[in-house]
Order: sequence, then C-alpha cells, then structure tokens
Amino acid sequence: MNAPASSAEIQSLQAKQAILVDALRPFLADDALLWQPEDTIPYECDGLAAYRKMPLAVALPENEEQVVNILKACKALGVPVVPRGSGTGLSGGAMPIEQGLVLSLAKFKKILQVDPFTRTAVVQPGVRNLAISEAVAKHGLYYAPDPSSQIACSIGGNVNENSGGVHCLKYGLTLHNVLRVRAVLMNGDVVEFGSMAPDSPGLDLLAVLIGSEGMLGIVTEITVKLVPKPKLARVIMASFDDIEKGGNAVAAIIAAGIIPAGLEMMDKPTTRAVEEFVHAGYDLNAEAILLCESDGTPEEVEEEIARMNAVLEKQGASRIQVSESEAERLRFWSGRKNAFPAAGRIAADYYCMDGTIPRRHIATLLKRIKGMEAKYGLGCLNVFHAGDGNMHPLILFNGADPDEWHRAEEFGTEILEACVELGGTITGEHGVGIEKINSMCVQFGEQERERFWGVKAAFDPDRLLNPDKAIPTLNRCAEYGRMRVSGGVLPHPELERF
Amino acid sequence: MNETVLSRFREQIIEAGKQNQVLSIQGGNTKSWYGNPSRSPILSTKPYQGILDYQPEELVITACAGTSIAEIESILAKNNQILPFEPPHFGDDATFGGVIAAGLAGPARISAGNLRDFVLGTRLMDGRGEDLSFGGKVMKNVAGYDVSRLLPGSLGTLALLLEASVKVLPKPAATASLRCRMGASDALKILNEWAGQPLPLNASAWIGDAGGEGELTIRLAGAKAAVTSASQMMQDRLGATVLDDSEADLFWRNLREQQLSWFSQMPNHHALWRLSLPANCPVLAMPKDCLPEIIMEWHGQERWIQGPANQSTANVLQKLAIQHGGHLTCFRSLSTEAFERFTRLDSNPLTAGFEAVQKRLRHSFDPFGVFTTGRLP
Repeated sequence: MNAPASSAEIQSLQAKQAILVDALRPFLADDALLWQPEDTIPYECDGLAAYRKMPLAVALPENEEQVVNILKACKALGVPVVPRGSGTGLSGGAMPIEQGLVLSLAKFKKILQVDPFTRTAVVQPGVRNLAISEAVAKHGLYYAPDPSSQIACSIGGNVNENSGGVHCLKYGLTLHNVLRVRAVLMNGDVVEFGSMAPDSPGLDLLAVLIGSEGMLGIVTEITVKLVPKPKLARVIMASFDDIEKGGNAVAAIIAAGIIPAGLEMMDKPTTRAVEEFVHAGYDLNAEAILLCESDGTPEEVEEEIARMNAVLEKQGASRIQVSESEAERLRFWSGRKNAFPAAGRIAADYYCMDGTIPRRHIATLLKRIKGMEAKYGLGCLNVFHAGDGNMHPLILFNGADPDEWHRAEEFGTEILEACVELGGTITGEHGVGIEKINSMCVQFGEQERERFWGVKAAFDPDRLLNPDKAIPTLNRCAEYGRMRVSGGVLPHPELERF
Repeated sequence: MNETVLSRFREQIIEAGKQNQVLSIQGGNTKSWYGNPSRSPILSTKPYQGILDYQPEELVITACAGTSIAEIESILAKNNQILPFEPPHFGDDATFGGVIAAGLAGPARISAGNLRDFVLGTRLMDGRGEDLSFGGKVMKNVAGYDVSRLLPGSLGTLALLLEASVKVLPKPAATASLRCRMGASDALKILNEWAGQPLPLNASAWIGDAGGEGELTIRLAGAKAAVTSASQMMQDRLGATVLDDSEADLFWRNLREQQLSWFSQMPNHHALWRLSLPANCPVLAMPKDCLPEIIMEWHGQERWIQGPANQSTANVLQKLAIQHGGHLTCFRSLSTEAFERFTRLDSNPLTAGFEAVQKRLRHSFDPFGVFTTGRLP
C-alpha cells in the first residue's frame, strides 16, 4: 500500500517521467507509450491486487528492435524496467516500480511456426498458453504445462515463472517443455538460450533463465516442445473420511509405481464451497476428495485406472467413482478448476498461497493450517496439487478491514514458514515476486542470497531489470528478521538497520 | 566423518585460491578423458560418500557426490525405480557427482528428458569455500534462481558439487526391443513421425552406412497394454523382430557405455565426435576422412562419427553442426594434439552474446579461478 508522496517527490517523478518519455518516443508509436495516470492505472498491479504501484510509464513495443532500443535507453537513464505479460501472476512479480517503466509484451502474440515433424512451436511471449494447444490440436499434439490461468496467461509469463499446473506431475514444468528462448539483455544484446538440439554449448543458462521472474532478460521468442495428445483420459474421484488417509493414499499411488496425469486434492470446506457453485456431485461428507487422472491409449488407461482403484480401496477410500464419459470427467474436475471463484463467493477476498512440501507431510501441514485458522480468526480452504505436494491454501478475509488483511498476511507467512520447516519451499509455481520476498530470508541463508545476486549481476550488472523482486537484499532480511525477534536474540546484529 | 571431509575440501579450495592454483575435481576418474585436457592438481570427491535420504514414495534420492552410481541404481532397483535419464557410467568407479557434472544421458534421454531435468537440488562448495544449498527435494520449487541446474554438464568448472537430490521414476511396467533394417533417411522419418503419436517409444539407435542401409533398434517402455500393441504394430509395419530380453538389455547397456564393437574398433589417430542436432536434421554426408558408418541415437538427434583427431576435422564437423542448428563435441580422443573439444559460444552468432554472462557467472561463484580448468570452455 503506497504512502502519500510529498509535493517535492511528485515533482521529481514528473521530471523523470518527462525525460523517460522523451527518450522512448522516437522509436515507439504514439499509442505504444503510456504515461498519463488514466492510461497507466490498469498496469498498477498484476493478479496480486493487494500490492499496487503506479509506474512512470508503460511501453508496448511490437518488435524485438523496439525492445532493444527501450532497454538501451533505460540503461542509459538508469531507469528500472518491469516486464509484463498478461498480468495474471499471483506474486506481484509484474507490479510496477514507482520510478520505473513497465514493458508490456502484450503485442508479441504471434505463433511464428508450428512443426509437427519436430514436435515444436516457435511463439512470441504474448501468446496465451492455451492458444498454443489450440493451434497444434489438428496435428494431434499439445503443449503440456497447464497453469490454472492458461486461458489468459502468456507463455512469456510462464517462462518467467516456470509455471506448472495439473499435468506437470507427469509432463513436467515449463522448464521441461521449453527448448529455446531468445531474449534481450539489459545492455541490448540479443541472445539465444538453449536450441532446437537436445543440448547446447556452455553452461545451461536456459535453466537459470526459466523461472527468473523477469530479472535477467526480456523474452522475445520461445520454442516449446509439443507432446502427443493422449487418446483418452479418465479420472477417479475418491472420498476419504480422514484427511490423513487421503494424504497417505497420494503417497501409496506413487509408491505403487504409478505417475497419474493429475493427482489433486480438496478438503471438506473447499468441496462444500465449490459444490454449491458447480454442482459436480461431490461427496459433501468426505473430509478429503482426491482426483486421480489417467491418460494414454484406451488399454493403458484401463490398466492404470484398475491399479489406482486397487490402491485407493486399500487405503480406505469411502467412495470411488470413475468418469464414464468426457462430460463426466470434466464435471469431476469442474470443482477443482473453480475453487478460486468459489472462494470468492463465500468471502469478500481470499489470499492464495503456494508452498510445496514433501508428499508425506500433506496431512501434517493441513492439521497445522487448522490450528492457524483458530489463531488468526480466519477461514482457509485447501485445494492443491497433491501429486507434487504443491499446496494452495486460500485464506479468506475481508480486504476492507486492514486488520483482517494484516492477519491474512501473517497467516500466509506462517504457512510458508511451515512448508520450509517440513522440507519444502515457499513457492511451487507462483513465484516469489514482491509477495514472498521476506519468506526468502527464511528459506535461504545469507551466502545463498549473495550468490543469487551474483547470478543477477552476471546478466544485469546495474540491477535494472525488475529489481526489488524475488531476491531480498541482506538489509531487507535483517530488517525482516528484526521484526521477528526470537527468544530475545536479534538476527544479524552486525548489520546497520534501515 | 563427512564433516571432516568437508573441512578438508574447504581448506584445499581456500589454499588453492590463495596460491592461484587451479583444482580439477575428480570422482571415480572414469570420465577424465571427457572435455578439454586438464593437468591441474586433483580434488577428489571419493571420500564424500553416502546416500543421505531416499523415500521411494517421494520419488527423490539425495546422495553425496562421491557415492557410487552403481550403488544408487542398485538401491533404486530394489524399490523398482530408476534414474530415467539412464546415465552412462564409463567405468565401475563412476560416482553420482561425476555423472551430474558430466551431464550425460543415455538412450532413453529422447523420451525421458535430460539429466538436468531431474536435478531438484544441490549442495555445493564455491570457490571461496562457502557451503551453499540451492533448490530442494520437492518436485515444484521456483524460489530463487535455479542454480542447481547449472551444475549438470559444468564439468567442475563452476563449483564443487557436494550433494544432489534428483527425481527418480518407477521402472516402466513393460519393455520390448525390436530390430529391423532400413536406410538412415527412412529411420529418421519414421522415428520422428512416431514420436508425434501417443506411442511408448523410449529409445532408438540406428547403426549403419550414412549413405546406405543400417540396422534400427527401437525400445518401447510403458504400460503392458501399450507396449504390446505398439510392438505388434512395428512388427507388422516394419517386419521388425523382437529381441530376447537379455540380448536387448546387453545391447542398450553396451550402446550406453560405448562398448559396442563400432566404438572399440576406433583407430588410434581417430576421435569419436558427437553431433547434437535438431530433429529435422537430414542425413549428413560424411566429410572426407571420416568413417561412412555412423550411429544415430535419440531419433537422430545425437550422432556419433569417427574421424581424424585434429583441428581441421573439428572445424569441418563444427561448421556442419552449426549449419543445421546443432553443435559438436569431440567426445573421446587418444590424440595429444591440442584442438577444441566443444563448439565455442563465440563460434555461433546466436550464442556469442552470453559468453560475457557465463564469464561473470563463473566469476561470481569462483572469484579466484580455483575451478578454471578449462575442461568446459
């Protein structure tokens, strides 16, 4: 939440804005450079609307040469640049910087090439995730990573966040499905990471570029891997009268040597919220509902469904239903897919978390979240990618009440810290952005954070690309630690405080 | 015990930094021939051994760099699990750390993915002797830059790998290998067409005269029903014969370990050249002095060529690889002649730009140049 600016600060910002706009005008069309508040306000936040900032200006280039020129101009002026795709990110990664430029890739929306023989597509970063699968469906192929926002989110954003989705347990994350990325570095150099070959010379910089939250380069072209569309998919919906039994069933399926195409779980409060919304026929008495999908040839699916059924029965499922048609399969999934809007119906606001834990600790974390609900006086729905332990607790609150928002933030932070304590991570697919930057101080030590800054400096020595996101400074962690004095011991006592 | 070993590593690295000395990291010394030659003093990871964590239901194993890869594969096999990237050992003493640092994958790479795809987390010691951990043990983790995945294929030129957590997978329920004769061009066409269909295609190897006929071997792996129906289709369409299980196992292992007679008959003055190429790369005419008989793996994306071990052959093959969107490695050579083992970043305009990035990145992890053996340029 922004503090009111003084008139001197406003004047200084206006002067910087005028200089920036003058520098960018020569190579951008009139409608591709925005700086009036009424034009830039739609860019003040991404999908994490709780954090907002107005940028100095927004640039909407339509080709790589313009991107090069924008970056060179910003580098010369020392103006930070925040890249933005569709703005569906949930961690504030595309939130503007007050003294910076937002560089929107929204006009980069061409599918440049589809090659069914090499099972690849070359696309621009503004292409929507789902649009790729739609464009290649006629070849019997699709692009596997399927974040829940795939109707709207862009592939460039997926690269920056290393996005996953329901199918990533079997088919991998963005990292596993991108062969090559063309990007512009902050100094204007155009470089290619990865290639169409299975490997490339030098260190594997593609791996570090993917998921770098727009802090290392501006992505201008992506080559994705396409995979054959399975002939059939069926889903098992299993009910459990105990959340622990559901968690154990997840581990048992994997231990039986099965990697389902999707393995998702919802707790009772979620099931009740979504059933009212989608009427999927969920078992409202179940403490946990597990959705296990199998895909492949009809023979494969039949074999795998039978094996999963046997495991679920052995693990004490109280009710098991297998989809008998595509319509029924989609109905079973409808609740899981609509959990977020359902949460929006039962609470004024909700705050979606994104920690990952080892599968065997799912029940432990869910029980701890129950305790936190009482502690913070807020409800929480649990819906998650059980197959890979990626949890998405939805903390319900009323944003009009500052105290509730504060409690929701604290609640979320405690969940993430519990994830780290259980051997997991503070983010599985949404990214750190601005939202979880303090929690990075919990997951990583000072030396690791310093090396992260070293990686950043290797690509962007002046720290101008999306700075202040994802990687906390030493001082920030010290300050965060100071706020969390434990046992009277002040963390990092050697550091100056700001 | 391991803490003492780590202290020794730290002391050795710090002392090397002070003395401007370069250290060559070595595990089981099974791949020392790979990469540009290095005569630097050795830092041996062998004493840092042990499987630290293995929960079969989590599909993750964590082990020390000096742990024998055979030991890791053996414990996985007891739980019916595998390293899906099928790493070559190149010797009985191969270590987990060596396998990761080399970054090599076996026949199943084309369907399963590359080694780096399976690395979830690493613990490493940088050129200052600092003990650092990145990534973790969970499948999905996007906190911070993915430093762990910089280690595979870095050949010890970035940092000392201490421990790694890698994803493992259940052993496929069924496998079958088939063999038939066909030309290289037909093999490339049919393999890539099938790879675009929902078939349990796991590995392929074509061995023969680049301009003529050869022998294609295909491995299927997956659900029993899928393997059975694909196997029948390939027998019907290609007249392929099904290999006996033990014969098939031996073939794929010998291919992975380069123990097939094609590899062992290489003349002394020749090198084994590896081309990594896009899927649409056609059959390449072999340059003068190179053997006409080649091996194509990974549906044609990895090609093995035997030819003279010298700079001029490197130049010709590198040009050929770059023209087709790939790159070249001199994989093995008995020659002592100094020539480039790898396609250099600056030899391709598309990658030249990140040479400066790579240099700064290495400097950040290794400011005193302790690991600058040059094994990987």
